[in-house]
Amino acid sequence: MTAQTILQVDKLSIALRLKGQGFPAVSNLSFSVERGEVFGLVGESGCGKSLCALTIAGLLRDPLHVTGGRIDFDGQDINRLSNRDMRRLRGNRVAMIFQEPMTSLNPLMTIGDQIGEMFELHENMSRRQARLKAVESLEQVQVPSPERRIRDYPHQLSGGMRQRVMIAIALACNPALLIADEPTTALDVTIQAEIVELILDLCKARGTAVLMISHDLGLVARICNRVAVMYAGSIVEERAASEVFVDPRHPYTQGLLASLPRLGRRLQEGRKPLMEIKGVVPALTERGPGCGFAPRCSKATDICWADMPAATALSGSGKIRCYHHG
Amino acid sequence: MDDLLFKDASAAANFDALDVCDLCVHYPVREGFRRRLLKAVNGVTINIRAGECLGLVGESGCGKSTLAQAIMGLVPITSGSIRVAGQDVTDAVQRDPLSQARNVQMVFQDPFASLNPRQTVRQALAGPLRLHGMTNRDEIEARVVDMLARVGMKADAADRRPHEFSGGQRQRICIARALIIQPKLLVCDEPVSALDVSIRAQIINLLLQLKDELGIALLMISHDLGVVEHMSDRIAVMYLGRIVEEGIWHDIFTAPAHPYTQALIASIPDPIAPAETLRRMKGEAPSALRPPPGCAFNPRCPVAFDACRLGDVPYFTPLAQAHRVRCHLLSQGQ
Repeated sequence: MTAQTILQVDKLSIALRLKGQGFPAVSNLSFSVERGEVFGLVGESGCGKSLCALTIAGLLRDPLHVTGGRIDFDGQDINRLSNRDMRRLRGNRVAMIFQEPMTSLNPLMTIGDQIGEMFELHENMSRRQARLKAVESLEQVQVPSPERRIRDYPHQLSGGMRQRVMIAIALACNPALLIADEPTTALDVTIQAEIVELILDLCKARGTAVLMISHDLGLVARICNRVAVMYAGSIVEERAASEVFVDPRHPYTQGLLASLPRLGRRLQEGRKPLMEIKGVVPALTERGPGCGFAPRCSKATDICWADMPAATALSGSGKIRCYHHG
Repeated sequence: MDDLLFKDASAAANFDALDVCDLCVHYPVREGFRRRLLKAVNGVTINIRAGECLGLVGESGCGKSTLAQAIMGLVPITSGSIRVAGQDVTDAVQRDPLSQARNVQMVFQDPFASLNPRQTVRQALAGPLRLHGMTNRDEIEARVVDMLARVGMKADAADRRPHEFSGGQRQRICIARALIIQPKLLVCDEPVSALDVSIRAQIINLLLQLKDELGIALLMISHDLGVVEHMSDRIAVMYLGRIVEEGIWHDIFTAPAHPYTQALIASIPDPIAPAETLRRMKGEAPSALRPPPGCAFNPRCPVAFDACRLGDVPYFTPLAQAHRVRCHLLSQGQ
């Protein structure tokens, strides 16, 4: 871990405990995020990307448990922090934006109070000072007429405006790391571009690193420096964003890109049936000991079913977990 | 094939599968003491021929789902007319709802919410056949098995219940249920949005294959332009209750003429050739309760001029074959 690393996740494993049985949901996850970097974590629903985010924010709850590995944030092991220390860290140094802005805002508090709360709790400001800072924060996220808006309740705002308020809350205390868990999935594509640009601009100005969690390959390719592709609880490929989608190496990443009805594909290639990845994503309870993608992989051999491949370095840069990457 | 049951089928061959003419669906809404009209669909004219796929795109709240419901006969229409396979929908719903159901069926976004968890797949598929008058058990069984095979599922799936299937398989069951009574038109409201990315291709391929095999017309509602481009023969772009541009898919994507369509296409990030910055429109769609005067897109339009803000709603300007656009820039020139 260098001084430039803000977040280091090392061999993190998370399991779901049900009726005395443990099912691994995330296994041996390792990655690191540098200061000021935009790191993308992509994968389908159920691949464990959101669990990973919750764990970093210290929000993992029963029946999910961390079963191994460590998470270092700015040199501190997060799993060892007391609840009190964690509360001090969360919202202040590590902030989070969730997918659905309506359910993550308190419907009974004005948005001014919800933003101001951050300054009162983490920076010991008075209510009056906090209110002024709240107006300033709203201005930064480009909400029109912020002095009037701070008296509004969340239901009075549109989806895009609510997400702006979430961003204002998350970035209120200039965090070192922002975890954005599908921040634009609930929004229209036309608003998505604006919101993403806003997040990136504000984070750049503050030197905040972003852990961008998304299932949208196009979005991640456009804004991230590095990307980790997750499947069934492990990172299968970690590369620079400029390489991973142009020259995917893992059979899953290759299949995913080939199956995507990309804009412009029909113009270039005509209408061919889309490539299909056969089969379905394995349920948590059905994962075997081998590579999670083996049941759907055309290149799978006996060893893929028996043993999880280790993360090996690729010749250029990046890592991959596959026995058969050519 | 039971000819009696499907007697409407052959008679309708001369008609468009769907013919919507100047359709308006308005809802009265109370806002405090005021009453307002929510014009969810406001003068929409579209048609779909048999065997054709029309893609309908637009942001949430633009009225595309209301249009779908009106076509299904699920919401009362304010004015205009909808004919499915030559039959007037408003009239059919009152007189003979079953004939309407035989003409048009729907596949919904969320396959987890649109199947009855207590019914086996066989019950879910046989239900429509019984409802429409088929009584012979062997025949029903044969059609259920045939339909399951067509959507790529094994015959033993018939005895299982929805919770045993994944999202993609459930969507296959929903498609089978919709197509088992051989409708002329299938309305798909965001059929792949709720599915895993790696499963979407399977369902898209299946829908296109069934469209060609059965010769049905497809109304494909989606906000995903990639999906729409891949599937559609023609595309209609909707904004705040009106169609703003309509044309053959090739024209829409190579020569989009409405600023809204241009912005919509430009706002999709591509994973392989990501643009440095996305061209984008300003702000969010206005509420349909308070549409701006003039062209509804003018507050967000990068090229709006006086006529757009003050004038009337623009009429359609015909461009190429079957390509028409509602924009003052085109109708009044520069």
